[in-house]
Amino acid sequence: MTTLKRFATAVLMSLLLLAPLRAQQPPQTPQQPPPKPAAQDEFVPVNAPVSPQDAMPAPRLVAIAYGFIWLVFFGYLASVKMRLSKVEKEIDVVSRRAGSGSRRP
Amino acid sequence: MTNRLFVPLAIVTAAMFAYAPFMILGAPYESTMGLVQKIFYFHASAGMTLFAAAAVSGIGSALFLFTRKPWADRMAVSGAELASIIGLVVLVTGPLWARKAWGVWWQWDARLTSTLVMWLIFNAYLLLRKYGGPGSDRLAAAVALFGMANVPFVYWSVNVWRTLHPKTSVIPSLQPGMRGPFWFCVLAFLLLFTLVLIVRMGLEHRRAELDELYLALED
Repeated sequence: MTTLKRFATAVLMSLLLLAPLRAQQPPQTPQQPPPKPAAQDEFVPVNAPVSPQDAMPAPRLVAIAYGFIWLVFFGYLASVKMRLSKVEKEIDVVSRRAGSGSRRP
Repeated sequence: MTNRLFVPLAIVTAAMFAYAPFMILGAPYESTMGLVQKIFYFHASAGMTLFAAAAVSGIGSALFLFTRKPWADRMAVSGAELASIIGLVVLVTGPLWARKAWGVWWQWDARLTSTLVMWLIFNAYLLLRKYGGPGSDRLAAAVALFGMANVPFVYWSVNVWRTLHPKTSVIPSLQPGMRGPFWFCVLAFLLLFTLVLIVRMGLEHRRAELDELYLALED
């Protein structure tokens, strides 16, 4: 019984001591409004980027996106051109071979 | 007719692609995404062209399966290769936009996953054509039909399932400052697709001629 009484007193004292500490805590800064989610239903145009911080990494991403499109496009065109010239060369060789009457190795 | 139109169309397309960045730069910023939303003009245009490429490959495959016309097969192969290339553009530019707009590169939602599946189907088609051996043309044609059947699912996925991706309603609701550059880019992409498809089908045609020459030589 005495032990229980002593424990209850200790808990009460601790709470009393901690209460002012809790009261002295700096006032919490007002919560930042959550960022607006990206538009899904309709794009609303504005005349400037949303915020200066926002504009920082976006140009890099936009540049990479557009650069990648050009790279893929020119790479593909070059690949088609290479394949076409290879086939043309082979047609030339086979036509000459057919003209001279020789067989495929 | 095609040969006469090819050069003027190529000049028009090149001019459109040269002018497109200026139109995109002049377009207004989007209120929630800012500058990064400008990826939309090429990303969505490439997405529409991907649907066109899938349709060309699917229709070509269907025609080939029913009529066995070699030109239909050439159309299917060329469409599938372009679907693979344009799909890569869509799947790379999308995450670049998403990283800034959503805070993540990728989300396993219905639109992104179904687009990836469609791209994989057309890559499977090309692998089957390359390594499938005799008879793979008909088997691959069936694969392309599945690829084309995926198009409506990819398109409607954003309206049916919960997703972070913009819905199909953004296109008809585009404001005049955004609408002009967007449809300009779509037209440029579709013209480019048509021209490259003609060139790619020409390559298949020459390959067929080479095969005939080899057969003639064997005889």
